[in-house]
Amino acid sequence: LHAASPYSDSEASVDSDCSSESNQTVTGVFSPNPFDEIAVEEAVRLREKLKDEVKSIKVVTIGPPKAAETLRTALAMGADAGIHIEVPDGAAALEPLGVAKALRAVIQREKDGVDLVIMGKQAIDDDAGQTGQMLAGLMDWAQATFASKLVVDPKAKEAAVTREIDGGLEELKCRLPLVVTTDLRLNEPRYASLPNIMKAKKKPIQKLTPAELEVDLTPVLETLKVSEPPKRVGGGKVENVDELIAKLKEAGITAVK
Amino acid sequence: MLRLRPVLATGSLSRRYATAASPHALVLLEHRAGVIDSGSLSALTAAQQLGGQITGLVVGAPDEVKGVVEKAKKLKGLTSVLHSSSEQYAHNIPELVSPLLEKLLSDITSYTHVVSAHSSSAKSILPRVAARLDLPAVSDITSVEHDGSSNSTTFTRPIYAGNAISTVRAPESVRVKFFTVRSTAFKASPADEFAQVEDKAVDPVEVSDAPTQHVRTDLTKSDRPDLGSASRVVSGGRALKNAETFKATLEPLADALGAAIGASRAAVDAGYADNSLQVGQTGKVVAPELYMAIGISGAIQHLAGMKDSKLIVAINKDPEAPIFQVADAGLVADLYEAVPELVQKLKQ
Repeated sequence: LHAASPYSDSEASVDSDCSSESNQTVTGVFSPNPFDEIAVEEAVRLREKLKDEVKSIKVVTIGPPKAAETLRTALAMGADAGIHIEVPDGAAALEPLGVAKALRAVIQREKDGVDLVIMGKQAIDDDAGQTGQMLAGLMDWAQATFASKLVVDPKAKEAAVTREIDGGLEELKCRLPLVVTTDLRLNEPRYASLPNIMKAKKKPIQKLTPAELEVDLTPVLETLKVSEPPKRVGGGKVENVDELIAKLKEAGITAVK
Repeated sequence: MLRLRPVLATGSLSRRYATAASPHALVLLEHRAGVIDSGSLSALTAAQQLGGQITGLVVGAPDEVKGVVEKAKKLKGLTSVLHSSSEQYAHNIPELVSPLLEKLLSDITSYTHVVSAHSSSAKSILPRVAARLDLPAVSDITSVEHDGSSNSTTFTRPIYAGNAISTVRAPESVRVKFFTVRSTAFKASPADEFAQVEDKAVDPVEVSDAPTQHVRTDLTKSDRPDLGSASRVVSGGRALKNAETFKATLEPLADALGAAIGASRAAVDAGYADNSLQVGQTGKVVAPELYMAIGISGAIQHLAGMKDSKLIVAINKDPEAPIFQVADAGLVADLYEAVPELVQKLKQ
């Protein structure tokens, strides 16, 4: 779907969409956000596996003009086309809800429909981790967050997803259309080869504005300030294990019976 | 012109009922095997800082809910308990649980806040519900303060892997304020044996033709304390070489200290330890009394998950490892010599 760029505070995401019949489109939003690279990679792997069943892979980003570079990276990895929802440099930081609404608008404009949206579980700048769930809610679609394994069955219009949850793993069966958010262990993103980077320059990127999508990206929450966390005074070294044990004792830490 | 009017109207309105509208939080009480998650107890403590009524919500399969409600009724800080049971609620599938929350939070609701732990299931559910109600959500907060006169709530939350703290305010226009709570930032709310608040059942909202089905859950079995709430944590990194040495080196130390075991992402990716043991920005955030980093270099993503620990001990061969910059006691040594010696001497 869309990805956060390092230049804005937006959430990053990739969305891919694939379906069984004539209308397979994978849409992705991509940024240098590592989770989004994983999302693009997964979309590309889906096509490598499902071949023609994946009709298209689109990547989407919302951000300033420079965010287009992240789309080029995703195109070089194997996406077919990009959509850049452009906001001016210095615009207010995007909130997950606004981004999710913009993505909804993009999906609704796709003539052939979107069957699968793959995006990162969180952007590593704002660490919110909300956009995928919000998009799924807005679309009233199935959702599978923190995915570490994704198997899509285009014929049945279903996906089996393994998720990383607190304390272990969970497996779900989800009907398409579906929003998947990627966890770290879903895959290892590839590097784009030089020929593919060259080819990516010819792939289309559609530019859209929030106004064209009829979405209002004005933040609802007010950021009052951003400050530095309290500095930790560390750096104390000990010479040996005995001194280490003395330090532990000093802090009241001893072995349990 | 058109824009100005609603602003003025809201302004005068808010002033009139500012004193009347006291906060009323709905706290999601998550549970597993009949026990309320400690993260939810921390969320309850955070909710108390809003200074108003607090309703606990227990959702689950019929055979679990009753026992959990009995425990919830004895929690300090709650003013009432709502519960809803259905087989559909057994696995916290967001598509199945969201409709219940949406109903509870419909326009006529008295709830002003929805609060939960920053757990994997609440993280999946809350944003979905918030978006369906056209409301934002605030993730992983470390402090909360409500201002009754302006009906606004101010939060702090870490961003950029904890390298910055953002202070955000949800203004009055945010009808219901959703937030998830970093459990290490708030003590768990205790049980109060004299408390006995009222409970009330709510009909489940059954979803026909559910888009998602639960297939199975595989929990990592462990007799050790839970990583997220343990008071002592022993963590290993890539230097532990493989799964066998990871286990053989860290388990005796964790046993001696009664500690939970954690791991760096490198150790998890290399297969030395289970994913659920990862400490860091994208894993668990812990803040125990004692955190021992064994063979962990201390990348910022790892520090994001443990730097609020009270006492940090590091054992690493590399004197330049960044972990030593945050460690209260750093030992430059070969962990294969130092850890067994430490275990032996601790036991004496």
